[in-house]
Amino acid sequence: MTLQAAPGSAVPAPRILPDRLVSPLRRFATSWEALLLAVAAAVFVANALASPYFLDVWNLSDATFNFTEKSIVALAMAFVIMAGEIDLSVGGIVALCSTAMGEAAAAGLGTPGLVAVGLGVGAACGLFNGLLVARLGLPSIMATIGTMSLYRGLSYLALGDGVLKGYPADFAWFGQGYAWGPLSVEFACFLALSAVAGVALHRTVFGRAVRAIGSNAFAALFSGLRVGRIRVVLFVLTGLASGLAAVMLTGRLGSTRPSIALGWELDVVTIVVLGGVSIQGGSGTMPGVVIAAFVMGLVTYGLGLLNVPGIVMSIVVGAMLIGTIALPILVGRALRRRRTA
Amino acid sequence: MTRLRTLALSAALAGTTALAGAFAGASAARAAEVKIALVAKSLGNGFFEAADKGAEEAAKQIGDVKIVYTGPTTTTAEGQIEVVNSLISQKVDAIAISANDKDALVPVLKRAMARGIKVVSWDSAVSSEGRMAHLNPSSNALIGNMLDKLAADALPDGKGKIAILSATATSTNQNTWIAEMKKGLPKYPGLDLVATVYGDDLSDKSYRETQGLLQTHPDVKVIVAPTSVGIVAAAQAVKDAGKVGQVFVTGLGLPSEMAGAVHSGATKSFAIWNPIDLGYSATYLAYDLVKGEKAAPGAELSLGRMGKVKLDDGDEGAMADPFVYDSSNVDKFAKVF
Repeated sequence: MTLQAAPGSAVPAPRILPDRLVSPLRRFATSWEALLLAVAAAVFVANALASPYFLDVWNLSDATFNFTEKSIVALAMAFVIMAGEIDLSVGGIVALCSTAMGEAAAAGLGTPGLVAVGLGVGAACGLFNGLLVARLGLPSIMATIGTMSLYRGLSYLALGDGVLKGYPADFAWFGQGYAWGPLSVEFACFLALSAVAGVALHRTVFGRAVRAIGSNAFAALFSGLRVGRIRVVLFVLTGLASGLAAVMLTGRLGSTRPSIALGWELDVVTIVVLGGVSIQGGSGTMPGVVIAAFVMGLVTYGLGLLNVPGIVMSIVVGAMLIGTIALPILVGRALRRRRTA
Repeated sequence: MTRLRTLALSAALAGTTALAGAFAGASAARAAEVKIALVAKSLGNGFFEAADKGAEEAAKQIGDVKIVYTGPTTTTAEGQIEVVNSLISQKVDAIAISANDKDALVPVLKRAMARGIKVVSWDSAVSSEGRMAHLNPSSNALIGNMLDKLAADALPDGKGKIAILSATATSTNQNTWIAEMKKGLPKYPGLDLVATVYGDDLSDKSYRETQGLLQTHPDVKVIVAPTSVGIVAAAQAVKDAGKVGQVFVTGLGLPSEMAGAVHSGATKSFAIWNPIDLGYSATYLAYDLVKGEKAAPGAELSLGRMGKVKLDDGDEGAMADPFVYDSSNVDKFAKVF
């Protein structure tokens, strides 16, 4: 006996399987990035309405200086967090890089040499973090809390309460120069790097590997990914980004003290998490992180223009962060309860 | 999950818009008034709140002045740079700043001056190329000497070991005072300085550093804290350790925060200039410059009820001598600041 269609029924029409369940446009409209973009636009409009000084191209250009360096580090941090790790030593790396550049400048090194020293020390610090995590198998949060104090401690050891400020005049270009009109060198650099980071995360094998490791490191390992090596590379990248941030910040301040870039790690992680990157790793997008950087910059600058005290400002930023992370969980719980009831 | 995140962000969106709207009403500025920004090292520090009171007093006295009192949350140079950036954007007429870092603030303050804003520093100085004039609350030598004297006064016959609890290792003025204090020590042969620790102007860290000090140097008789945050924490640590009467805390502090320590006996006496006078004088100095007076070596500028200040070769001037507070007067001043 053979299997046959029930008598009387027509031959079933071929089932149509759509390529996508929802249209790309609709998918974008309901995405985290679209809403972050809407938040950014709303903050922008609100700032423009609230302060007569906001809509001034030079003022806006000035405003970018406050968050550009941190955002550059955030681009690299996004990869680390997506891979399920974290790097809390970025502020310490900036301090150590800046100190090394200051000592090199005092020894008479020119601007290109100083940049090389900054990036080199940053990469070396990152490599050390990477080896601690990938080779010794330390949890990254512990390893980098340790190196956070270690790097800044070395900086304090070298400088104490002293200051290094013998930087060549053209070194300031990295922190104070303009690439085109009111577009600062720092900001132009950030825009270019975000494009590179976006392509690297969403269009390359490397980007896919990073997310695979973040989703399930064991599965990634058994799929043939060189998990340890990729982790080391990620930490070297945050080290390099911190080195670049150190070059810019040092150029902007024109001086180095060991307390430079204190507390940056939290601001950087805030940008990444606000950008929709899962703190457990595995998911997130680069446009989200870039827009989150803008949101943070616009909110703090806008509140600053209104002379809102810094304490209130940190309350706003803290509430924003908790809200964006906790609300989906709370709403999800409420919906589930309604469904089961 | 996407839908939920959408909901969350919509809520955040509504929140920010409402917030910005709420502040919008407050920002309407009147024309033709002189806007003077008083920038603190950090907000939430009683000293700077008191200076703000003085600035408001000067503003009321002058008439057409509006004070913008602001500062970062933590005592960092980067935080102050953000604040100064936003003040430049607001086109204030003058900035009077107590600097967290005398060098790092120079580039941004230079930019402020290039855009026509008068810049003076007060309390904690900015390097000379980053400001037009600096107002010292007192002269550093007098403060250093006063700290030595306070330490000697706390000891029965002026003899014993002393230690210093400072703010951060990079604080401009604390470091200057400590240097002056060390310079003046030979005049007090009984005093033996054994340690300097840093509480970073944070209450909890200062408290822990004091506890550590009491353990590592049990023979220290006087702790000198030239910071209004550190002195309170140190007095509390001494009291909690049950060492009142054996170890005395002195230094620079605010009467309102120190009244308890004076009554408990942890502190015999301490000193401070009057921060209200300092905020008042800094505002007056900034106003003088806005009205066209020139800051130059030898210039004499009006400080209103505080008289005149004469600028030295580095365009610096001193306001007054530090003032000593003890059980006889601390309660009276505790009500003021």
